[in-house]
This record gives sequence, structure tokens and C-alpha cells, in this order.
Amino acid sequence: MGAVVEVRGLVNRFGRQTVHRSLDMSVEEGEVFGIVGGSGSGKSVLLRTILGLQAPSEGTVLLGGRDITRMGTAELRSVKAGYGVTFQQGALFSSLTVLQNVQLPMIEHLRLPQRTLDELALLKLRLVGLGPDAAGKYPAQLSGGMVKRVALARALALDPRLLFLDEPTSGLDPIGAQAFDELVVYLQRELQLTVVMITHDLDTLFGTCTRVGVLVDGSMVTDTIAGIVHNPQPWIHAYFQGQRALRRGGQHGA
Amino acid sequence: MYCIARQQADRLELTLRGEWRAAALVAVQAELAALPRGGSGWLQIDASEARFDLSGAWLLHDYLATATAAGMLAEFAGAPPPALALIERTLGSEPTARSADAAGQTVWLDPAAAVEGLGRRAVGAWRLLESFLEFLGRVSYAVGRASVHMRRWRPTSITRHVYDTGITAIPIVALIAFLIAVILAYMGAQQLRKFGADIFVVDLVTVGVLRELGVLLTAIIVAGRSGSAFAAEIGAMRLNEEVDALRAIGVDPIEVLVLPRVIGLVIALPLLTVIADGIGLVGGGLLCRTLLGMPLTQFLNRANEAIASTTFWVGLIKAPVFAVLIALAGTWCGLRVRGSSRDLGRLTTLAVVQAIFFVILADALFAVLFMEMDI
Repeated sequence: MGAVVEVRGLVNRFGRQTVHRSLDMSVEEGEVFGIVGGSGSGKSVLLRTILGLQAPSEGTVLLGGRDITRMGTAELRSVKAGYGVTFQQGALFSSLTVLQNVQLPMIEHLRLPQRTLDELALLKLRLVGLGPDAAGKYPAQLSGGMVKRVALARALALDPRLLFLDEPTSGLDPIGAQAFDELVVYLQRELQLTVVMITHDLDTLFGTCTRVGVLVDGSMVTDTIAGIVHNPQPWIHAYFQGQRALRRGGQHGA
Repeated sequence: MYCIARQQADRLELTLRGEWRAAALVAVQAELAALPRGGSGWLQIDASEARFDLSGAWLLHDYLATATAAGMLAEFAGAPPPALALIERTLGSEPTARSADAAGQTVWLDPAAAVEGLGRRAVGAWRLLESFLEFLGRVSYAVGRASVHMRRWRPTSITRHVYDTGITAIPIVALIAFLIAVILAYMGAQQLRKFGADIFVVDLVTVGVLRELGVLLTAIIVAGRSGSAFAAEIGAMRLNEEVDALRAIGVDPIEVLVLPRVIGLVIALPLLTVIADGIGLVGGGLLCRTLLGMPLTQFLNRANEAIASTTFWVGLIKAPVFAVLIALAGTWCGLRVRGSSRDLGRLTTLAVVQAIFFVILADALFAVLFMEMDI
């Protein structure tokens, strides 16, 4: 089985600014892959490129072995049905209820009777720990943690095998963040998902990720979580051996 | 074929095959719908050759639930698919993240609910009026404070709003004023010609444009352009918590968001009105010349006789009043946005509708006032 996500020689330029210079990345099936990097290192641009929302300046992006940078709109649409994604702020559609938010991908891609749609959406909500009482609410009525959960339920609407999470625990309290991490690990195991996440939360990195890719100087350094903490590169060293990380390291034995 | 059914005496054997995944849900559901769901008997399912995701397993779960409810006894030959077990575990577990309060069930045609709804609407309307009065009070206070401390006037911001609402609106205002004057002159000429009173077309155009149409049309255009822009700008800032941020820094949002817009528009609208008046007269004069063969000198002489010294000012005096109404409607609607982008759209629409309504209402009051004053 080849890589689920493979990025080769990716270059992204905006005007004179080069965000990625020859970036390579590869995610195997069943992995939880964490992407780390400083502010402005191009994490979000990388994610948008992999999702096919933005064409790279150079290089190729393969999802399931298919190059999405040379795809027509119709083909890209079928690829997009095969992955789920949650955005940093949740990006729930504010004029739709929670249930309708979860149903939207199903309505777009499948022709199912309303009863099945309702039941499937409620099942997905239950899967992320939300009861039917949340289904009729609007996003503005939800707490931050519930927004993240609904976003996850929407990402799982079409039962993708590949899941992208952009800062899944940002803005959550430590207890909520830990519960969310546990949920991601549980779903990853039960649904045999491949997860690619951008995160700054060291707890999330240590608690969920099997491998980590660090964006430094426009390219990516990849290693296992145990290996990356001993990487001598200055930024990576500062990130994993800084005061905040050391306090974590004690708990995780890394 | 996703499932193959074999009926043997009182035993229905189902062999499931293929990919029971979200992409195939429609086809799977169609096949399941064709299967018998009733009768007492055994239902034996062999799922070892099929592969399930959660959606596919849900359809199987749904079929099993109806079949067993109808009296069939279901059993799996071999292990049931793991996704089915996950569904049962999920549905059996308690929701972990509870929302604070359950969404209320709305019952229609309940007299008590109808009375309650009426009461809620009445209270809502009263609160809206209260909040509008509070808004007016805050604006007045901000104006009062700004007139004491000159640095609170924020000239940069005011200049920007004069540019956005005034300068950039000149082309459209000029075009509309020209066209309306032409239409007015043309219609008037057609009717007045019957009485041989062609010359009074000049009175109609000059008095009509200067007193009413110039300022009214300009105000309506500006209400559509800038009233909506005010509501949308401030509304987006509300959604982005920028207004809260201002308040937290200790800056009065009324002073930095509402006041410059009101003052900017109070400066811009009279200037636009003067332009509209001028272009309108030019349009009227040109039409009189081409359609009625009236020399421009005659038009000017007649216009001089037709208008009193007050005619121009009676029109222009309304412009700042309309400007305040438009700016207040726009900014107040913008500040009431909360929660969702839908609210933003609703209140932007409301801002324009209210602005135009209040402009026309005020114009009617002015007409009555000027008639009483005999000017």
C-alpha cells in the first residue's frame, strides 16, 4: 500500500516571497501525522494545497496515488468526497442548523431520502459525543468545544478514510482539548482513518501523533515523535526542548 | 449486487458482498428496500465478503432493526462487521458533551403559544424601541463630547467617509439626476403643449428638481449605496468581535464608528445634492432646446422668474437631515448584528429599507412644514 498523501517538490511563491522551497512529505495509511511550524511557516498554505483549494507554483500532490494538481473540476470533486476536513474556526455554516451542517456533504454527493439523511447525521453527531438536543441548534448557540465536534461530525459525513484537522484543539480548555484528542484517537482506531493535523498543542502532538513533520525554512523535517525531540535543528530544538515542552516531556517520558 | 437473498423454508439467507460505503449508499438502499421485512422466521446474514464503512453499516443496522421488529430472528454466519458493533456502541452510550439547554419544541396552533408569541413580539418591539432611544442618546452624547474636545472629531476617518460616500457617488448621482430631469421635462412638455403652455415646462423642471427631486433621488441613491455599506462594515466588525475589542480598549464604538460616518455623510450629501441640482437643470435645459426648440437664453430667463430666492435652499436644507437619517439607520442596523452571516444580510437589507422609508417620511413632513410656512 502506497502513501495516502504524498507531496513531492512542492514550491509555493507569493510575489517575491517563497513559502515552500522543494517540500516533500509522505503520509502512510493508518498514521496520525502532525504538522508543526512557526507562525508564517506555511502550514495553512500547505494544507490548502493538499486539499486542492490552491494550485502550487511547482510540484505535485498525490492523494491516494492520484495527482490533484493536474485534475479537472469534476475529478477533483470526487477526490474531495474522499477526505474530510475541519477548519481552525470550525467554519460551520451559520445559517444552517447543526444537523443541516452535517447533512450538507451527503446532500451534495448522495441522493438519499430525508429520513436516512437525518438518521445518518444523528449517528455522526452521536459518534462525536453530541446528543439529539444539539441537532436543532445554530452554530452561534454552541460553545467552542461543541463547534469543533460538529465540524468533526461534518468532516466524517461521507465516511472518508482520510481526515485533515487544522488546529483541532486551539481555543479549547485543557480538559476539552484532552477529550477531543481522545475522540480523535478513538475514531482513528475504530474507523481506520488516516489523520493529518496541524497543531501547536504539545499535548496533542505527544498524545495522538505517530509521526511529526516540522516546517523549517520552506521544507519539511519528518521523524517519529520520539526521534524529533532530539533533532539538533535550532528551531526544532527550541520547539521541543523549550520550557513549555520540557514540562510536557516529564509527563510523557519523551 | 450488494446482497443476494435465498429463501429456504422459513429461513432467509442473505449473502452480503462488495463495498458497502457512502458512495454506494443509494444503490445499497434500493436493494435493501426490495428485501422482505416481515414474517416470522430466521434471518441469516453472511457479511464476511462485504466491506463496510459507517454509513453502509447503518443501512444494515436499519434493515435489521425493522426486520427484527417485524418478528424475524436475525443471526450472523460468522462475525458481524465491526462497523455495526461501533454503531451499537455509539447509540448505546450517553452523549458526552451535553448542550446547556435543550432546544424548545415548537407546537403550532396552540392558543397558549400564540398568546405567548404575541407577548414576545410586543416585548421585542418595545425593547427594540428602547435600544433605539439608547442608541440615539449615545450618539447625542458622543456628539456633545466631541464638540467639547476637538481631537475626538477624527478628521482622517471623516475624510475617508466623505470620499467613499460622496466623491465616488458623483457619476451615478449625476447620471440619474440628468435622466430624471429629462423624463420630467419630456412628460411635462407633452401635457403642457395641449394648453399651449410650453414655457411652463421650465417652471416644472427647475422647481421640481431644486425643491424635491434633486435631493430626494440623491438621498435614495446614497441610502442604497452607503446605508448598506455602513451596516455591512459595522456588522462584519461585530461578527469579528472588533466592536467588543474597541469597547475593551476603552474606545467608544459610537464615537469611532458611528460619528465619523454621520458627519461624513452630512458633509457629502449636500454637496452631492448641489451637483444633482446642477446636472438636473442642464438636462432640463437641453431637452427644452431639442424638443421644444427653446433657446437657452429663454430657458434661463424663464427659470429666473420661476424660482424664488428660497427654492434652492428649501431643497438643500433637507440634505443634512436625510444624511443623518441614512447614517443612523445604517450604523444602528450594523451594530445590532450578532451571531451569524444571515443576520448580517437581514440587517443590511433592513438598513436600506429603513433609510429610504425615513427619507421619504421626512420629505413628506418637510413638504407640510414648508406649506405651513408659505415658502
